[in-house]
Amino acid sequence: MGIARLDPELTCEITLENLFERREGQRVLTCLQCGTCAATCPYGEQMDYPARRIISMMRAGLLDEVYASDSLLACVACYACKAKCPRKIDLTGVLLPLIKEQVLLRRRDLPAELQKALETTLRYGNPMGETSRKREAWIKDAGVPVRTFHSDPRPADVLWFVECYDSYYPRGQKIAQATARVFHALGIDFAILGNEEKCAGECGRLSWETGLSNTLMEYNMAILGKYQFNRIVTSGPHAYDAFKYRYPVIGFRYPLEHTLTLLAQHLDRLKPLLIKKLDYTVTYHDSCCLSRHNSFYEEPRALLNAIPGVRLVEMTHNRINTLCCGGGGGGMWLDTYYKAKGYERLSERRIKEALATGANVLAIACDYEFSRFEDALKVVGGDKQMVVRDITELLDESMER
Amino acid sequence: MKIVVLLKMVPDVVEELEVAADGKSLDAEFLRMILSERDSHALEEGLLLKERHGGTLMVVAPEAPEVDDALYTALAKGADRAVKIPLSTPHSSRASAAQLGKGLPAVPDLLPADLILTGCQAIDDLDGMTAPLLAHDWKLPYLGLVTSISVNADGKTACVTKEYSGGTHGEFEVPLPAVLGVQAAEQPPRYVPVSKVRAAMKTGMIETVELQESGAVPSVEILAMAKPEDAEHAEMLEGSPEQLADKISEILTAHGVV
Ligand code: SF4
Ligand code: SF4
Repeated sequence: MGIARLDPELTCEITLENLFERREGQRVLTCLQCGTCAATCPYGEQMDYPARRIISMMRAGLLDEVYASDSLLACVACYACKAKCPRKIDLTGVLLPLIKEQVLLRRRDLPAELQKALETTLRYGNPMGETSRKREAWIKDAGVPVRTFHSDPRPADVLWFVECYDSYYPRGQKIAQATARVFHALGIDFAILGNEEKCAGECGRLSWETGLSNTLMEYNMAILGKYQFNRIVTSGPHAYDAFKYRYPVIGFRYPLEHTLTLLAQHLDRLKPLLIKKLDYTVTYHDSCCLSRHNSFYEEPRALLNAIPGVRLVEMTHNRINTLCCGGGGGGMWLDTYYKAKGYERLSERRIKEALATGANVLAIACDYEFSRFEDALKVVGGDKQMVVRDITELLDESMER
Repeated sequence: MKIVVLLKMVPDVVEELEVAADGKSLDAEFLRMILSERDSHALEEGLLLKERHGGTLMVVAPEAPEVDDALYTALAKGADRAVKIPLSTPHSSRASAAQLGKGLPAVPDLLPADLILTGCQAIDDLDGMTAPLLAHDWKLPYLGLVTSISVNADGKTACVTKEYSGGTHGEFEVPLPAVLGVQAAEQPPRYVPVSKVRAAMKTGMIETVELQESGAVPSVEILAMAKPEDAEHAEMLEGSPEQLADKISEILTAHGVV
């Protein structure tokens, strides 16, 4: 993709310069230095500068030292610090990305995997570096018609933003196909952008790259502007965040749902379709964005409880206390770096907790997670006990006759 | 010191390449162009030298689709000047080397330079003729497959490492100016934040320079282009672990491996 020549006025938003003129920035000034943020951070011990110290360095005018450190490479944008801060400072959403952006501008090198992901996302619109011509390839095996706007531009009720991992990864494609079947069974009038879609851009910003984010948002806005629909539904919690918090800043606002919140609204119509009994003990992993950041705690659970036969058990850390899979904030592309540094992989920490519940299914709702948890299951030797299934896959399975 | 890095765009193989209806060129419909990977290493090596020794770095590239992105990216990474050259045969390395060889000396304030760097090969120039052809035209020394360059204190010579097969490498002293074909920079090409590229775009600093017509250009005519035919497929063995072990041992024995 060409690099967008964005008018900076368009992207007018919070910067380090105007931070303290904004309400969010003024909150930063109220920091108590209590250290709750560092204590709750999954990689807090690995950081020379966790959020608390960043704020104290900021107060002392010593941010250059923070910029020169590797600390924030360990920030997986899990929203735990934000959720627990007694002063309600939006560390994950506002302060840390601003610092990360400055670090990126000053750094000579990035861990190779992250660099490659950022470069390929800019060029191809997806971090795996696949051609955009294959983005909608999953459609043909969905078993139900999936309309692309570019082939049939009639208005639709729902614009379903599929996102990269469910479009390209073979395992993710299965989730996209299941979602399409569930939508179809409910008679939802939906269409997708298909090959015209590119990464929504949230991973770009949280992994340091505001310029990349802006380029992607500008691109998607132009494409979305060509079509008529009533709301955007996305299967990606990160895309959800992008459309909820980022696109409005540049003037693009649509009613928005995550796939699961949409399905939860249709629960009455969905229930009679769930006919096949699934004899599973399921534990649900609250994804950071969906749960802690947007407080969708009950919708996924309501959907799981609606499936006949499913027994839902909770992990020790659930809802607001969930443990991150380690994929946010660029973590998706930092596994090699973390391993070299000797950090524990967060997905392994989490999967051990999931296995401890005795469940045989780990239910997920985020497009980053199937690969992270399936890998982690193999690493910790739990792949005989447990499988990873997206909630829409379980719904789809229960609909099969 | 003054460094010139020659860049060029090549077909991006991530996009599936198709042969056009004429049977001897690439189908343009889905063709996208990307900076040749070796050239991005040449640029990185140039940037490292500029950081070490000071001076200026200029990038020059034949006009091609998406070349502006590559040139602005080079400026954002630290190049001082970017020049784009419309060529009559933009997609033929040999012909464009000939045109550049003849035409570049006339571009104001470009040559002579202390070092002229370019990738030692490109996916559409596997025999790596660009750098030696330019060196020949400009009567300068040439070395290819270069993996590191250090300019000596006198500023008149450089010590250059060149790779050979089997992990051997040779060190050469070259008088400057010289043309070097870079195989790999001393470190991977750096990342440049998109915001810096966008800032470079705002300056609109790319110059377009038309070369003087230099008469007939020697070129290689492409007679036919075809996709590689599928070779034999891998054979999948099936059976229990014991049966599989037997089959593998049979195959290895049959081929004289054990
Ligand atoms: S938790 Fe909030 S108030 Fe406490 S140190 Fe961190 S940022 Fe400051
Ligand atoms: S967002 Fe998560 S990983 Fe990042 S600093 Fe906060 S608690 Fe740590």
